[in-house]
Formats: sequence, structure tokens, C-alpha cells
Amino acid sequence: MELLRFATAGSVDDGKSTLIGRLLHDTKALFDDVIDAVAATTARRGGEGLDLALVTDGLRAEREQGITIDVAYRYFATPLRSFVIADTPGHVQYTRNMVTGASTSDVAVILVDARHGLKEQSHRHAALSALLGIDHLVLAINKMDLVDWSQSRFDEIHEQFLGLADKLGVGVVTAIPLCALDGGNVVDRSPHTPWYQGPTLLEHLETLPIPEPARNGLRLPVQVVIKPVVGSGAGPLAERRWYAGSLASGHPQVGDEVVVLPSGTRSRIAAVEGNAPAVRIQLADELDVSRGDVIAAAADRPDVQPNITARVAWMNDKPLRPGGHVLVKHATRTVKAVVTQLHDTLDIATLTSVPGAEQLELNEIGTVTFITALPLPVDAYEVNRTMGSFIVIDEVTNATVGAGMIVGAPVGAAQ
Amino acid sequence: MSLTTDPTDLSSFEDPMPQILTLDRRLAELEAHGIFVIREVAAECERPVLLFSGGKDSVVMLHLALRAFAPGVIPFPVMHVDTGHNFPEVIEYRDRLVEQFGVRLVVASVQDAIDEGRVPDPGPTGSRNRLQTQPLLHEITRNKFDAAFGGARRDEDKARAKERILSFRDAFGQWDPKNQRPELWRLYNPRIRPGEHLRAFPLSDWTELDIWRYIAVNDIELPAMYYAHRREVVERDGMLLATGPFTPALPGETSRVETVRYRTVGDMTCTGAVRSDASNAVEVLAEIEQSRITERGATRADDRFSEAAMEDRKREGYF
Repeated sequence: MELLRFATAGSVDDGKSTLIGRLLHDTKALFDDVIDAVAATTARRGGEGLDLALVTDGLRAEREQGITIDVAYRYFATPLRSFVIADTPGHVQYTRNMVTGASTSDVAVILVDARHGLKEQSHRHAALSALLGIDHLVLAINKMDLVDWSQSRFDEIHEQFLGLADKLGVGVVTAIPLCALDGGNVVDRSPHTPWYQGPTLLEHLETLPIPEPARNGLRLPVQVVIKPVVGSGAGPLAERRWYAGSLASGHPQVGDEVVVLPSGTRSRIAAVEGNAPAVRIQLADELDVSRGDVIAAAADRPDVQPNITARVAWMNDKPLRPGGHVLVKHATRTVKAVVTQLHDTLDIATLTSVPGAEQLELNEIGTVTFITALPLPVDAYEVNRTMGSFIVIDEVTNATVGAGMIVGAPVGAAQ
Repeated sequence: MSLTTDPTDLSSFEDPMPQILTLDRRLAELEAHGIFVIREVAAECERPVLLFSGGKDSVVMLHLALRAFAPGVIPFPVMHVDTGHNFPEVIEYRDRLVEQFGVRLVVASVQDAIDEGRVPDPGPTGSRNRLQTQPLLHEITRNKFDAAFGGARRDEDKARAKERILSFRDAFGQWDPKNQRPELWRLYNPRIRPGEHLRAFPLSDWTELDIWRYIAVNDIELPAMYYAHRREVVERDGMLLATGPFTPALPGETSRVETVRYRTVGDMTCTGAVRSDASNAVEVLAEIEQSRITERGATRADDRFSEAAMEDRKREGYF
């Protein structure tokens, strides 16, 4: 069975929790005791039937405030696919959680209220999704019942969103008119939209193409070096160390020419074991390879650069400033780094890059260059998500304060 | 559901599985991710420990750890939080597995905590489930463990659905759900300050069905109580509880022998059995696919007290 991971994002009161509750309910993913608990809570609050938003709001503070604070992960399956939903919060102060949810997703479902259309949050959600490399956006236009299932209203919002997606360079947009409250066009087709010929939300999620993995040659960031337990009489190969990790790309085969980065030492693959992408390999030569090194195809290797330029989503109260000292975790290596330049920041409302900012504030996105204490083997994020991404860590608090997506290699990058 | 989905899609470097069942793409991805998390935490933390109850989730986690470091040894010990109200077959199974896998066992004993006055004595038949938190944190501090692998899954509970793969605990072992670290891509940040520790959940994205499919595919041995057997039980609050020294039949209750199995392994006083004839993993799978009640709702009295029961226990430092 295939696995599709999708993120959901919406502004406050767009009905996102209800939509997810509806999706789980109508695909029969909710068990009897969960439905009973939701019915009981609904009744206790003076409601009738099932308030499906209660299915997903898990934390006490969320129930008290009636909002979603943190990313919640939900699981359901149909005969065609199994799904992981990263349900992300709408509030601007929780943008970092939206980035968290979107970073592991193949598709983003962006919710808008048909009465209100696109809001600044919708721009932000679309921009963050695009920035994180999600090339397929689903625009779920909810609460269609409150605009009398108006086709012209649907078309109007759809048009606006297409303009936005175009600016962002998003490849595919699918708009669906729905009502999470009565379930119309979520799993089952609504009787109110004879003018709509497209799929329901679930039909679309079941059939849309799942993005393909990176097409680069071999990249294996070494996680751990394993010394085999061997008895006496074992041959020299049995005693040789294994380099274990998760493949960022490629299909290692015995005999392949490889290069260890950043040192540049060459060897050949002597053995491969494990279920991809979690593999371990042995090399034909005794080399000094340790955690953080990347074993790559000799013929198709990432650039090794002393500095990296990336779009950075900043997630800390303390702004990022040129000259600031941070830690960067890229693949399996954590290195010290210094911010050398803040090139521009992204204006979410106009989706344009604005030069001249002195610092990058919480929830802002900017283009930043870092110089790292050790050169890192990198690919552009759009080519290889694993080799093109990093997190920024505060040296003092250990907090994760930024998410970086590496832009194409600068001219004259060192090999 | 077919268990032989698309076997040609598997990029496997190992010998083909001897069983009819194979790892499909979803299961292969879940396995690889679990192994990835275990390797990351083991590489970056000084003193990790794996929480092992003998329950099916912790058994799968231990198998992932074995694969993560093969052909070497698992580079950390396992810890069992022992309520003293265990099913004897679980303890026997635990000791055998630890020996077979060559890992060191640390026992955090609720009985010791009661004897030393660290927790109140709930009486001979009282539930010891909530008392597990203190001995767990006590052993984490005493052994200077900085990371503890847990087998929790996000599909189990509403609070768990919001917990990160790496979850931070302050010096009092507490979880702050409003202040979780952003977790981007697969770039885990396990850095902590002295006195803090983290919990790592390599099975976060697995569902109960995935666990059983993995057990079936890999022919993993479980404690025998997971499969249908004859046992003396009483029916209480809609649950079937095994009668024994800690759970005698109450006045007005009559015990009888039934064919049952367990869906989770816990304290004998609060873990209920379900009527079942499923005698192996494949039959259990078929049964679960039919089931309309979640695992915890069916058989765990400890989660029934309030809607926020799990969140409250997690905040205090529970698993």
C-alpha cells in the first residue's frame, strides 16, 4: 500500500478541525468509543449530535480556548491508500508549527471560508508550502452552505488563488467546494454542487500522484559506525566496519565508485545490507569515516561548500542578525556557523523579496548566507530535500530556531 | 486488506522473507524511519535507555534497535518499570529476550518505591499504574539517562497525537505541550541541558495494525497472553479482568473460565482481556481489522477517568 502524507492549514474558524473530523468519520476511521466520547462532550456543552471538531483538539488548553495549538498527526486508510495528516494550527504565532507539519508532507490542503475568501494567513500558508517544496496545493473552499453553494463565489476565490500560486511557482492547484459540517464533497458528493465536476476531497487524495524521491546519485549521510561482533576465525571483511544511515538518494550496489565527503577520499562499495532507505555499507578500503560524513556517488556528488545560502524560516523570539553565532544541523552533522549576510526578507502580502532588512524576525522568511566551521556537502533543496535542508540551533538554549532551504549553488563553488 | 501488496516494489537488500507476508512500501518506510530515529538518538545522546514492558510495541522497538546496529550490539540498556503486579509470563518472556539480545536490564520497581516511601501505598489490590512515574524518573536520574526510547504511538490517544518524535522533559520530568520544539524534516535536535532528558518515540507514526503486520511479517515472538488462551476472569465495568491475588473477585462477582487474549500488556489490576479465538498474529490481524473499539478504550481502565487522563499523566512525566 502507498502512503500519502498531507498537511492541512487554515485560518482561525475556517473549520479545519471539523474537516479532519469529517474525513476520519466518513472514512470509518473513528472507533465506536471515540464517537461515543465526542457525542457525550457535544451534549455536555449543549450541542446536538457530533461536534466533529472535538475529535482532533487534544490538549486541555485547546479545548478551553476552542483553538488548535500544536501539530496533531492523524492516521486513516482506505482500500487505495493510507494517509498521515499533519493538522497544523492557523494562528500566526504558531507558524513554526505549520512549517513543522509541511516539512514532511507531500501535499498541502489549504482551507478557506467561502464567505471570507483568501486572508493574509492563506497567503502565508501557500507561501510556506511552496517554500517547503510542496508542488501540489489543494484549495478546500469550506462553508459553501453559507454562500448558498454559489459557483460564482467559488470561481472568484479559485481565480484569486491561482494568481497567488502562479506567483509562488506552485505546479498544481486543485480547488474543491465543500462543507465540512454536512460532509458535502469531503468523502461523499454533495447534492448542492451539480456545477462541480471535479473529485471529492478524498477521491482527490486517493488518486493524486505521490511526489517521486530525489533523483541524484548516491548520498548516504553516515549516522553511526558499527563494529561487528565477530568470533575468532572470521575473515578480514567480516571484521570491517559498517557505515549505517538512511539513503537521501540513490541505490547503492556492490562495486559502485564512491567518494567520502567532505574529505574527498575515494573507494568502492564492498557490501550493502538492510531494507532501503535504512542501509549499512562496507567500503573496499580502510578509510577514516565517521558520523556526519556523506558517502556519495563519485560520478554525481553534491557540492562541498564553506558557505551556504538558503531561504530561512525564522522561529525564535530573538531575531537573526548578521554576525550571529549559531549551530547548523545538516544531514547527520552539526557544525558551528556564523551569519554573514541577510540578503532580503519575503513580504507575505505581496510575495516579493524586500532587500535591506537588518534582522529576521519571528515568523519571517529571508535569504541568508552562513559560513560554516566545516564545509558541508549540499544539494539545492528543490533537487534533494534531505541534502538541501538544515535546521538552525541556538547554541545557548539548544532550541531549534530556524529552518533552512538551500538555494542553488553559488558560482565557483569548491568541489 | 492484502498483505502481499506490491512485493516487487521493495528495495530490499536482504534475502526475501521466508513467509508469504512481505514488507510493503508503507511498512518498509515505517521501519526505516524507526531505525533512523533510534540511530540519531543513540549517536547524539550520552546515555540512552530503551523502555521495555514486554508489550508488543516495546518488542517491535527492540527489534528495530537490533536492526539499527546489526551486526554490532545494541549500544544501550533496556529498562522495565515493574509494577509488581505483572503477568508472570511477561516477566519470563522479558528475561529470555534480554538474554537473547545481549542487552543489560534495569528494573525500576514500584514495590521498592512503596517500600522506601517514595510513593504512597495503594493497598494490596489498588492500581499501581499511576505510581509508575516516580520510579521511572528515579531510575532515569540515578542512572543519568539522558534519553529514553518509548513505544508510544500517536494513534493511541489525543494527547499523544500532538507529541513530537523527540519530546523534552524538564528536570522534574514534565512535558510542556505548549512549548514543543519545531521538528523539521528528519532533522532531529536532541540537544539538552544537564538535568533534562528527552523521550524518543520511534514508532510515532505506526498504527496498531502496522505493529501487528510487522510482527506477522517478521514472525516476532510475543508473550503468549497476546494469543487466545483459557483464563479465569471476572467481568467488571465492561472489561474482563483476570482473577488473581491482586484482582480477586469482588462480592457479587462470579469468575468463570473464558477463551481470551490481551491487546495490551500492563498492570494486572487494570488491563482487561477480550474474548477471542485468534491464536497467531495473522488471526489477530484479521480480528483487529473487524474491531470497532480502540485499543486503549477496550482494555485500559487507567485512560477512562477523564478526557484528559493521558495528557495529565504525560505532563507529570509518564511515558
